[in-house]
Amino acid sequence: MRIGVVRFPGSCDEADAIAAASAVAEAELLWHGRTDLDGVDAVVVPGGFSYGDYLRPGAIARYSPVMTAVAAFAADGGPVLGICNGFQVLCEAGLLPGALLPNNSLRFICRQVDLTVERTTTPWTAACEAGEQLSIPSKHANGRWYADDQTLAQIEANGQVVFRYAPGQNPNGSLADIAGVCSEQGNVVGLMPHPEHAVDLLTGSADGLKLFASVLEEGSSVPVS
Amino acid sequence: MKARILIRPKQGILDPQGQTVERALPALGFSGISEVSVGRLVELEVDDPAQLEDLCERLLANPLIEDFEIQLPEG
Repeated sequence: MRIGVVRFPGSCDEADAIAAASAVAEAELLWHGRTDLDGVDAVVVPGGFSYGDYLRPGAIARYSPVMTAVAAFAADGGPVLGICNGFQVLCEAGLLPGALLPNNSLRFICRQVDLTVERTTTPWTAACEAGEQLSIPSKHANGRWYADDQTLAQIEANGQVVFRYAPGQNPNGSLADIAGVCSEQGNVVGLMPHPEHAVDLLTGSADGLKLFASVLEEGSSVPVS
Repeated sequence: MKARILIRPKQGILDPQGQTVERALPALGFSGISEVSVGRLVELEVDDPAQLEDLCERLLANPLIEDFEIQLPEG
């Protein structure tokens, strides 16, 4: 299996994403200017500050040439994971529901958080147990997930909430403690915390590896939701 | 022509930036000011303003969280 990691101007977590993906599969960088995905089996849209976060985080990156290919890959059921700024990009692109607003505190927050896995039938959480808690670092200024009441009710009913901050650990004011969501089909997942920074016990937790192990386990098959 | 686009947080969405500005006012001696909300202003030169609506919906604003208002010179 080969995992492609998109690099935009301003990305900064793509190297860690490559390292995490390399733990389970082959991994390669996909420059944002390219119009194909080089035949990879899964795509990670990494964290950082694409295009300087100008206008709104992800607003400009979503129109990068590579994103057309990512959207087509996602529509075909290909596994796509958006982390932090990658999550913002996927929401801006309409591949994931909702939007990410500035943290309630208006501060950049950087801390380890516990995430509860709410859904295991996605290609990125198949190796997790339902209700399992993962210890993952979180670092962002614009992580307050928001959707209108109707959208929120819909994604709760569809089981599109993939990760929630553990009780009392919501760092940014996200609605319903939502830390990560998936597309209707389940193959596109996005979350604010950084699983690619939690792949070695040396830095406190290796729980993030489970997301990458999941995609290896699932291959490129589309989960039935 | 020159156009101005005002982009505001949608009503009902928590605007911590506006709240923070509001909380700073009493210390500066201002009173009687409330419901402060902070948005964005985009100014641009455009030949055909008919395309601005589309531009706002696709790029300048995120309609899920923001409202926009296009202002063109009168006449």
